[in-house]
Amino acid sequence: MDAILELRGISKHFSTHHAVADLSLSIAPGRFFSLLGPSGCGKTTTLRIIAGFESPTSGEVWLGGARIDGLPPYHRNVNTVFQNYALFPHLDVRGNIEFGLRRKGADSLESRVKKVIEQVRLEGKESRMPSQLSGGERQRVALARSLVMAPDVLLLDEPLSALDPQLRKQVRAELKDLQRHTGVTFLFVTHDQEEALSMSDQIAVMNRGQVEQVGTPQEIYQRPRTRFVASFLGAMNWIDGIGVRPEATRIARESPGNGARRAVVARSVFLGSAMHVEAKLEGGEAVIAEVPASDCSFSEGESVHLWWNPSDELRLNP
Amino acid sequence: MFLAPAAALLLITLVAPTLIIVAYTFLTRGAYGGVERPVTFENFERLLDPLYGAIFLRSFWVAGVSTVLCLVLGFPLALFIARSGSRKNLYLMLVILPFWTSFLIRIYAWMFLLRDTGLINTILLAAHLIREPLPMLYNDGAVVLGLVYGFLPFTVLPLYATIERLDKNLLEAAADLGSKPWTTLWRVTIPLCAPGIRAGAILVFVPCLGTYLTSDLLGGSKTILIGNLVQNQFTTSRDWPFGAAASIALMIVAMALLFAVRRKGEELL
Repeated sequence: MDAILELRGISKHFSTHHAVADLSLSIAPGRFFSLLGPSGCGKTTTLRIIAGFESPTSGEVWLGGARIDGLPPYHRNVNTVFQNYALFPHLDVRGNIEFGLRRKGADSLESRVKKVIEQVRLEGKESRMPSQLSGGERQRVALARSLVMAPDVLLLDEPLSALDPQLRKQVRAELKDLQRHTGVTFLFVTHDQEEALSMSDQIAVMNRGQVEQVGTPQEIYQRPRTRFVASFLGAMNWIDGIGVRPEATRIARESPGNGARRAVVARSVFLGSAMHVEAKLEGGEAVIAEVPASDCSFSEGESVHLWWNPSDELRLNP
Repeated sequence: MFLAPAAALLLITLVAPTLIIVAYTFLTRGAYGGVERPVTFENFERLLDPLYGAIFLRSFWVAGVSTVLCLVLGFPLALFIARSGSRKNLYLMLVILPFWTSFLIRIYAWMFLLRDTGLINTILLAAHLIREPLPMLYNDGAVVLGLVYGFLPFTVLPLYATIERLDKNLLEAAADLGSKPWTTLWRVTIPLCAPGIRAGAILVFVPCLGTYLTSDLLGGSKTILIGNLVQNQFTTSRDWPFGAAASIALMIVAMALLFAVRRKGEELL
């Protein structure tokens, strides 16, 4: 399968640091692809290089089989949904959505705008100004404005971070549906692993300007290749260099037999749907075991046994 | 309570003098200046003379042309300064620097440049590019030049402030949506700078309308503007009531204009 977007050995050096270091990525068409990493890992810089707002120090960007890293942003068939949406405050909803089509001199402008307004459910809001819209509506205008351009790749720079947490979860599902429905390739930048896991077809985990691992959400969660990936995608217990997720860690007062380790309960943390019991092994390492919220019978100072299935063990290079 | 001193200051320096001038407009001239009774409307009636109407029109024309030129020259300059990174403060400083010298001296400097025996004509004559000195001084053009020169900083500074505050993401968004730099300038930058453009226009137009020094020195006797008319009435003509009437009329017309360009629900300036 041919990639729609390909980064070959991209580096970006700023005067004080290297934001991106020899990064290569290949994204298949029609996918929901996420760049996931902590802040400062270079994911936004990577997005800006693809959009054309930054030029790479070295490396190549290929879009649909053509090299584009020398082109200005207005000649690249990619569009960006900005973190703060960057809606034009002097134009109404329709004016914002039409902006790009008018620059292209596109025909059937009316019907394309109408269609995208329906897709993002903004009917009736066409003549509102951005200042009169809610956060969720603004985000949908930003999406519509970019989608109407029929980009080869839609770049989304943490588009959910400006929404309140309640709305964020709902929008995740909508965004995923919109991607599936339109078939446009999404390149989604986020630092929120839950967002990436719940929406993506593929995730590239980034750290210090490099890609640590690329894979499906299941692959990178269940078979992380590095300690960084394992730790970044949820809690992880590290015992003698072996990683075990809290939900795979079993805990009981009676020893189940071979392989169980003795520990002392340090504290229990109630999480609503579950409970995290933190216990200290004899060696001093802290281990977290996830138990159902109804099992709140472990109290501080109690002696317990911890064990797990060998198949749940992760052996990783540091 | 705390506003009392400010209110008193306003009363003494703004309201009271204006009221005095308004009172003058309804009185009769004294033989050696000053004002006398009886109360009359004659001063305003005299203003209706087409001679004065022409002076008003010419003043608005000169101020309007100067304002437009200030904006046209000031916008690119403000844009350049806003985008020159660490040199911004240096350039802003250079824009403000002329204020440290007397405006009068700077206008005299222009006279030395523009007059028939001035630097420009001397050089052009010596180079045999012209045979007669170019008439650059004592006309409307010289007045506009002096006004644009004097008031350019008043457009550059508010324009710089609005451009500086502009969200850079909006310019990137425009480029992202296929807009070339020139289109972005017309479709995004300039519309979003409208408040700065309005502020700069008002800051230049109003003082240009009342100017008398620039028009007196660079315009010579041929170019009479309202400012010169008012000045003459209070000095050589010794007709204070008529001078007061002319200045109040100017104030009323200027304020009417400002309210007309004010956008709905927006503060003036």
